[in-house]
Amino acid sequence: MASGFVIRENQYYDSLFLMGINKRLSEVKGVQQTAVLMGSDNNKRLLFDIGVQDAQINAAQPDDLIVAVIAESPRIVDQVLGRLDEWLQSGLESASISSLHTLEDGLAHKPKANLVVISVPGEYAAREARRALAAGLNVFLFSDHVPVEEELELKQLAIQQKLLVMGPDCGTSLINGVGLGFANVVRTGPIGAIGAAGTGLQEFTSQVHNAGAGISHAIGTGSHDLSDTIGGTTTFTALEALEADPQTKVIAVISKPPGARTLARLIERLKICKKPAIGCFLGTRVELDGASTIFQCARTIDEAVYLAIERAGGKPTSLPNLLTPEELAWVSREKAAWSPNQQYLRGLFAGGTFCYQSQQILQDANIAVYSNAPLDQKTRLANPDRSLEHTVVDMGADTYTVGKPHPMIDGTSRKQRILVESRDPQVAVLLLDFILGYNASMDPVGELLDAILEARQVARQRRGSLTVVASICGTEDDPQDLSKQAKMLEEAGVVVFRTNARAAYFCCELLKHR
Amino acid sequence: MPTRIDELLHEPIVVINLGLEKFAESLEEQQVEVVQVDWVPPAGGDKAMVELLDHLL
Repeated sequence: MASGFVIRENQYYDSLFLMGINKRLSEVKGVQQTAVLMGSDNNKRLLFDIGVQDAQINAAQPDDLIVAVIAESPRIVDQVLGRLDEWLQSGLESASISSLHTLEDGLAHKPKANLVVISVPGEYAAREARRALAAGLNVFLFSDHVPVEEELELKQLAIQQKLLVMGPDCGTSLINGVGLGFANVVRTGPIGAIGAAGTGLQEFTSQVHNAGAGISHAIGTGSHDLSDTIGGTTTFTALEALEADPQTKVIAVISKPPGARTLARLIERLKICKKPAIGCFLGTRVELDGASTIFQCARTIDEAVYLAIERAGGKPTSLPNLLTPEELAWVSREKAAWSPNQQYLRGLFAGGTFCYQSQQILQDANIAVYSNAPLDQKTRLANPDRSLEHTVVDMGADTYTVGKPHPMIDGTSRKQRILVESRDPQVAVLLLDFILGYNASMDPVGELLDAILEARQVARQRRGSLTVVASICGTEDDPQDLSKQAKMLEEAGVVVFRTNARAAYFCCELLKHR
Repeated sequence: MPTRIDELLHEPIVVINLGLEKFAESLEEQQVEVVQVDWVPPAGGDKAMVELLDHLL
């Protein structure tokens, strides 16, 4: 094994650009591991962890590029590093160059701006957000890893300035039909949404659109907002804004498991909401005393969509937890093809919300599930890379995304994991999600298709059959062509659902009485 | 009097995009007025210098 690195001083690139270069490097034959990073302290620690260390690396600055390669031989290391400039150049040729480098440059160029979208590294994000708020601008803060004290400070500042700060770690918002971050193409309409869960908001808004209704605004709050440390500041601000918004007739709040104290306060607030309100707090069972006619709780996102459309005066589609006779017949056919020792489910998710929702649905059916993002700490996987019995994995968790692309934009990590799971002869069901929309991969199904086909082939060679169940989150108007994505899966023998909850209910039926 | 939040929800969005260019491209696709800022770490990433500058300015 050989390793080497180069440092390019004063060459700053954004994380997506670096991930693109990293991918090209890692595809060279004989390369074991690569790292293409800026010289921040966090990144230098990552290099240390993979065994790349040197005084020059220690001295590198956050605007210095570091490229490290571990390969089978010194020749391959030299070959890869020798082509670096060529790859950097070709990457830059496809990017447009802006002469603006600071928020102030941007403001001078667009003095009428009313929103700043921030996706700079987490350690700088709060500074930029603070400056934006001070300049009287609303903020969509995509960056994660912002220290909690800084998040609190930003949210207090936003309240004082009567501004909205969506985030940190905010993946999705839809403001008056405009998608920010990872968002789907959705028609406007009377339903407002607030989401502390990015893919949760995508699933809700897509389903509302697919059922023929529309969204006024869907305000992302960032994944930490409903924790007890933050206390739901952005959620409460968003609620007030949607209450005052004449276009919004119904308000839905969607979140991953919230903090207990914050949830209690939020429920009290929703009970006196000026408009019909629906809460979907995944992983949390909320018992309402029946005193409020304004506020209703939904157990799943599909149920929240049903209630929201109903309260807005529309016609919801049939309740989601009932499988059709055709789907039940499919369950029987799939199970009949399994070998006697096939019995476990493996769920590999790009969307964190789908990992939570699937666990909840399986647990409600008395099916115990292990996870790297468990609803119950007792079922946490000791090693996220090693599945146990029934397991669902959030492949967008930090373990899989530090220095690597999120599975919503690149399927490599999920593809590898599908093949790993296929080698376990006890696996009977593979549950997947595919997320469409702006900024997501342009061909999420195509990226995983070979791995799905190979996994099914492996099961057949063992005289069994692997049942692959998938949900697609998106709309026909998304850039990826939903019908084409679904067709590719169906032709590969995958059971395809338009919602994650339905896919999970189907899995419950598959796993019953095993 | 409408707040800046009300304006955001009811008036055309005008965006300053700080960081990932992909986000600006998707806004352009939606015919949103957006300016891309190719952000670089302030003061070359020297945090002590950044704090000093922020304090002075």
